Amino acid sequence: MAMPQFQVHQPKTLESVLDLLGRHRSSVKLLCGGTDLLIKMRAGAQAPEHLVSLNRVAGLKTISYAGGDGLVIGGAARISQVGKNEDVRSLYPGLAHACSVMATVQIRNMGTVAGNIVNAAPSADTAAPLLAYGASVVAVERGGRRQIKLTDFFTGPGLTVLEPGEMVEAIRVPDISPRSGSCYLRLSARSKVDIAAVGVAGFLNLDLDGKVIRCRLALGSVAPTPLRCPEAEQILEGQTPDEKLIAQAAAACVRASRPIDDLRATAAYRRAMVQVLAQRVLTRSLDMAKGGTP
Amino acid sequence: MAKQNIELIVNGDRYQVAVEPNRMLVDVLREDLGLTGTKIGCAQGDCGACTVLMDGVSISSCLTLAVEAHQRDLTTIEGLSTSPQELHPLQESFVQHGAVQCGYCTPGMVMSAKHLLDNNPKPSEEEIRQGLSGNLCRCTGYNKIVEAIGAAAEEMASSGKEG
Repeated sequence: MAMPQFQVHQPKTLESVLDLLGRHRSSVKLLCGGTDLLIKMRAGAQAPEHLVSLNRVAGLKTISYAGGDGLVIGGAARISQVGKNEDVRSLYPGLAHACSVMATVQIRNMGTVAGNIVNAAPSADTAAPLLAYGASVVAVERGGRRQIKLTDFFTGPGLTVLEPGEMVEAIRVPDISPRSGSCYLRLSARSKVDIAAVGVAGFLNLDLDGKVIRCRLALGSVAPTPLRCPEAEQILEGQTPDEKLIAQAAAACVRASRPIDDLRATAAYRRAMVQVLAQRVLTRSLDMAKGGTP
Repeated sequence: MAKQNIELIVNGDRYQVAVEPNRMLVDVLREDLGLTGTKIGCAQGDCGACTVLMDGVSISSCLTLAVEAHQRDLTTIEGLSTSPQELHPLQESFVQHGAVQCGYCTPGMVMSAKHLLDNNPKPSEEEIRQGLSGNLCRCTGYNKIVEAIGAAAEEMASSGKEG
């Protein structure tokens, strides 16, 4: 199918981006990596009359970490840059892993973490780790800013709570406390390129006695949106995890999942793999947390 | 749709072209500039045949609007070797190791290998395979390509040649 026609705007400031989004609100899309959008447009699934490029906006690619404040991923920060960032690698290894294995080298060099989130695929690889780290989205429009918890962000496949005229300026991830561990594991039929058939991310923070202060578990590709597993988290919080408790929490993750049969895997296989991956994620996170460093 | 005047900097040469906003970089490289070394395979970012470097980073030129490449520094397979008489060590190594069969994926493979070695001059076999994860070859089974890149890395390290 031929590419539809459209106008490309290449503003240099966030203010101009927001003006353009407001002015063309009825038929406008943001363009950054374009790795999802341009494919959808060529397939005829989207036909915006205006594209507003973020690629010449100053300051939007920044990835910064500050102790206490945590991590801020700019709206135009590339997946590969996030995956290579030293602070991300040492403190947020689940996110670093997602950003190092998803899609292909070229797509990671082009695509952004914010785009992966806004595209809102149930299988979005950065979504499960970001949920496990308790991330929020900073949405901005001409009138102002709001912070949206990632748990409240996704409303369905390809759907989010973002309003027309609103865009993701940054993703904020809370700082990591001492005695924390985290991990993201994904499965796909092919080792590369392919979309994940199941993804599980976990985060554990222990007190000095080895009891779980905070647990977060998140799943990808097993429901209409990436999702957290509150029941599983409550099984572990306040407890000293052992193999039996970890298996129980993983079983609660399976109950939280609502997988479907599709060409990548059957629902039954996905459920079985949520159990296995959740156990592995929790075991690794626990080892890491006990090691004293995340 | 009104054409937009852009400047493409390809392999150090500057080109002024007028392009429709909906044209892809790969099409402008091939059709307007005559640089047909860059190939179109899947046209949706899976196969890597269209890989070029933009500001030193490997990208899929089939998923990049030409207008977005305005005044960015592009390198295509045609610009890899510094002289018309000589192949780049990566190209030479592909020839020596029989890493080329039908040849359609080769430009993309070489550009991805170039990006890999620029960032990691001494990659392990696994790192080479990861570095090629965005490039499909339906002929070679990849082994010859992986060997060629490993040998080129050694050759470039021992001769002290910049990629």
